[in-house]
Amino acid sequence: MTYIKPTFRHPALPKNKISFAKADYEGAISTLCAGCGHDSISGSIVQACYEMSIEPHKLAKISGIGCSSKTPTYFLSNSHGFNSVHGRMPSVTTGANMANRDLIYLGVSGDGDTASIGMGQFVHAIRRNLNMVYIVMNNGCYGLTKGQDSATADFGSVSKPGSVNQFQAIDLVGMALELNATFVARSFSGDKTQLIPLIKAAMSHPGFAFIDVISPCVTFNNNKGSTKSYDFVRDHIEATSVLDFVPQKDEITVSYEEGNSATVPLHDGSLIELRKLSPEWNPTDRYSAFVRLQKAKMKGEILTGLLYIDPESTELHDLMGTTDVPLNTLREAELCPGNATLESINQNFR
Amino acid sequence: MKPTNINDPEYFHKVVDCQYACPAHTPVPEYIRLIAAEKYTEAYMVNWESNVFPGILGRTCDRPCEPACRRGRIEEEPVAICRLKRVAADNKGEVNHLMPKAPEQKNGKKIALIGGGPASLTVARDLAPLGYEIHLYDEWHKGGGMMRTQIPSFRLPEEVLDEEVNYIIDMGIHTHFNTYVSSMKEILDKGYDAVFVGTGAPRGRDLKLPGREEADKNVHIGIEFLADVAFEHRDKVGKKVIILGGGNTAMDCCRTSRRLGGDEVKVVVRSPFKDMKASAWEIKDAKMEDIPIMNNMPPKEFVVEDGKLKGMIFGNVRAEYNEEGRRKLIPTGEPDVFIEADDVIIAIGQDNAFPWIERDLGIEFGKWDIPVLHKTTFQSTNPKVFFGGDAAFGPENIITAAAHGHQAAISIHLFLEGKDLVYERPAPMTNLVQQKMGIHEWMYDSPVVEDLRYPVPHEQKTITLTNRKIEVELGFSQKTGFKEAQRCLNCDVQTVFDTKSCIECDACMDVCPTSCITFTQNGDEEDLRTRLSAPALNLTQDLYVSSDLPTGRVMVKDEDVCVHCGLCAERCPTSAWDMKKYLYEVTKTYAMPVPMEI
Repeated sequence: MTYIKPTFRHPALPKNKISFAKADYEGAISTLCAGCGHDSISGSIVQACYEMSIEPHKLAKISGIGCSSKTPTYFLSNSHGFNSVHGRMPSVTTGANMANRDLIYLGVSGDGDTASIGMGQFVHAIRRNLNMVYIVMNNGCYGLTKGQDSATADFGSVSKPGSVNQFQAIDLVGMALELNATFVARSFSGDKTQLIPLIKAAMSHPGFAFIDVISPCVTFNNNKGSTKSYDFVRDHIEATSVLDFVPQKDEITVSYEEGNSATVPLHDGSLIELRKLSPEWNPTDRYSAFVRLQKAKMKGEILTGLLYIDPESTELHDLMGTTDVPLNTLREAELCPGNATLESINQNFR
Repeated sequence: MKPTNINDPEYFHKVVDCQYACPAHTPVPEYIRLIAAEKYTEAYMVNWESNVFPGILGRTCDRPCEPACRRGRIEEEPVAICRLKRVAADNKGEVNHLMPKAPEQKNGKKIALIGGGPASLTVARDLAPLGYEIHLYDEWHKGGGMMRTQIPSFRLPEEVLDEEVNYIIDMGIHTHFNTYVSSMKEILDKGYDAVFVGTGAPRGRDLKLPGREEADKNVHIGIEFLADVAFEHRDKVGKKVIILGGGNTAMDCCRTSRRLGGDEVKVVVRSPFKDMKASAWEIKDAKMEDIPIMNNMPPKEFVVEDGKLKGMIFGNVRAEYNEEGRRKLIPTGEPDVFIEADDVIIAIGQDNAFPWIERDLGIEFGKWDIPVLHKTTFQSTNPKVFFGGDAAFGPENIITAAAHGHQAAISIHLFLEGKDLVYERPAPMTNLVQQKMGIHEWMYDSPVVEDLRYPVPHEQKTITLTNRKIEVELGFSQKTGFKEAQRCLNCDVQTVFDTKSCIECDACMDVCPTSCITFTQNGDEEDLRTRLSAPALNLTQDLYVSSDLPTGRVMVKDEDVCVHCGLCAERCPTSAWDMKKYLYEVTKTYAMPVPMEI
């Protein structure tokens, strides 16, 4: 029985800028089904954090309930973590974020955790533009309870036992756009070259960064007729762009053909370099994102990549004008104005 | 790159680094697993089939397997393969009934083996069971050759040697001991159907320096000195002894001298330490016995006073290497050094010598008086005469001699059957067996143990230095043997990839602890090696490349530091990865397929 991962690592693997090896971003060995898309997403998160040279203690991973929400055990063992109540990941993240704005918040959720029980929480986190990365590991079924259709299962998709879904699907990406989310993307667990830069860009985005990742359930939803199987997704996938994330101060090494390329500067000085695959689409124009998304839907394509980004995004702390230092570091000296101040206030009411 | 052809028997063989490096290709992981299972007799027989002298080799082998061991690439020290072999030999049960027997009814063909060392004994072992009448000639009164004359008893007890030599002699071999063969012509005239020469490299090199002749009484040639001690013609040496040379013979000479009354024994080598030919562990053992090794000191002169050796004068040099790595020793200009000595032992190398082979018998000799041989068949230019061991291509080691012996035996058998020695040579026996028992269960112990190499316990120095027959190394206990066996990475359990089943979920790539697996666009090898999850810098290790997958990518696995943990196969939803045990056995004469009689 192997539930232990050997500690040996490839001796030639490099360290990142802050001298951490990739292994320092790994977690326990996965207990999900072999071949689960969620494991690939975990792998992408590990790779993105390693490449971004994030100090593990500067990140908090927060999840709800479900297969997806188990995954924080399988990555970033050295980071903070909170496995919360079903559907309540956004409110726990909100609380944590309010108390300490210095951490990167990585929320991990699933299609049940977000589109069913957690829908109310999800939409309000978007409204507030909470500074977090919100990843939905979307497999269109309830894997932990034997694969019933979830709210994101497409109309007409065939389940493993053969029943055809009669209900309309909730398109989380469309909903996020509708609610004015400031960073909206969709990806596929099997396409790391796209997913890793997206995660990096999302972590650099100030505000709510939403990535809907289609992640096939190999056990219950990888059958013929399913619209979330490896084969179906690969056959119908269509990307908005080929993108590359350029961290702060790094030299730009990719050069895309003029006319098709777009550069989106992020708040912290990093850049998203895009080679657009659809000419009418503009990553900073919400309307064009809507149009492109609807077109893809009509053609039966699964549109992936960065869909929309607001480079002027103002996150919740800035909207509320909170202090720059984390609230949890404020002590009595900073918080209590003292008797003299109280007296002067009281004087005003006399 | 082209998809890897895993049907080539050599592909997976190469992944089993230890077995591939072994001249006799002993299936190392196979017997190590048997040791871990306490099946010592079975482990011994796996060894015996392949290398004929497990007990002897478990103590004395040059261990080309150990530097090759994969474990040495992921942590500091390889598995103690050689010492585990000894565990099998020390703990085995009755094996006589498992040995092949020579048939009563002989096949009517006679073969002469010249020299009673490991090469000849291997030929005898392989041919006697087929009914050949084997005649073994040796100048000493017992078989074993250099294993008996050159390896001191404190490294190889005589009982161990006798036991393994006798397994072969007892197959009804006609021994002609105490018989020095002085003429090949005479042997050929006796009407043997084939002759095998396994006479080793019996001539120790001498050192012609001023004073050599005058000092002759106290100057000895290393291998002759060791033989004299082994046959109890010598039981004393002077108090102060100098050993010249930096090879394993020098190490044996200095340690033997320590046991024969040498209190101040010094090894002096003319080159730097790092160029010494002796195995690292033999140097270590010598140092443990308070023997200083002095380097960069070429000998200049024997100092003789009143007809008696007083010592030697040495110069001082430093080594310089040119671009091709060729060494040049340059005098440093420091004054010469005089070292006192009662005896000097010269152990600076040995050569083949065939003064007894007449040069008109059709046996051609080439450069340095080495016989001209076919590299695979070991046949000389006289089709009846075959060579093997040190006699073939110069001094090597016991395991190489055994490997030669197996191949020469196949050649002799094919030759006497009237078959082609090259085209009708048997292919190796290979077998690939699935190891899956359940979702997380394999037939082998897949978890990778993190223990460091266990040291072998030694007998106390105060005891071993008093008697040259007391063995220094005590060998692993069964318990330590088990722990050391668990360090083996089971490299023979292969990761086998089936392109058709792969759904490209990346699970294997994500779980692989040593980042061996990559799914990427194909390219030429040089380019691919830079584009993998971890750079594939070890060019001696192959890339395992699949054919094109549905997304147009290929699976590339760098074999270099794969720890064979099986996680890729455990995390694979479609069993596109599977763990299969690969057994590669060099075919022996007695396992060769017999053609059907019509």
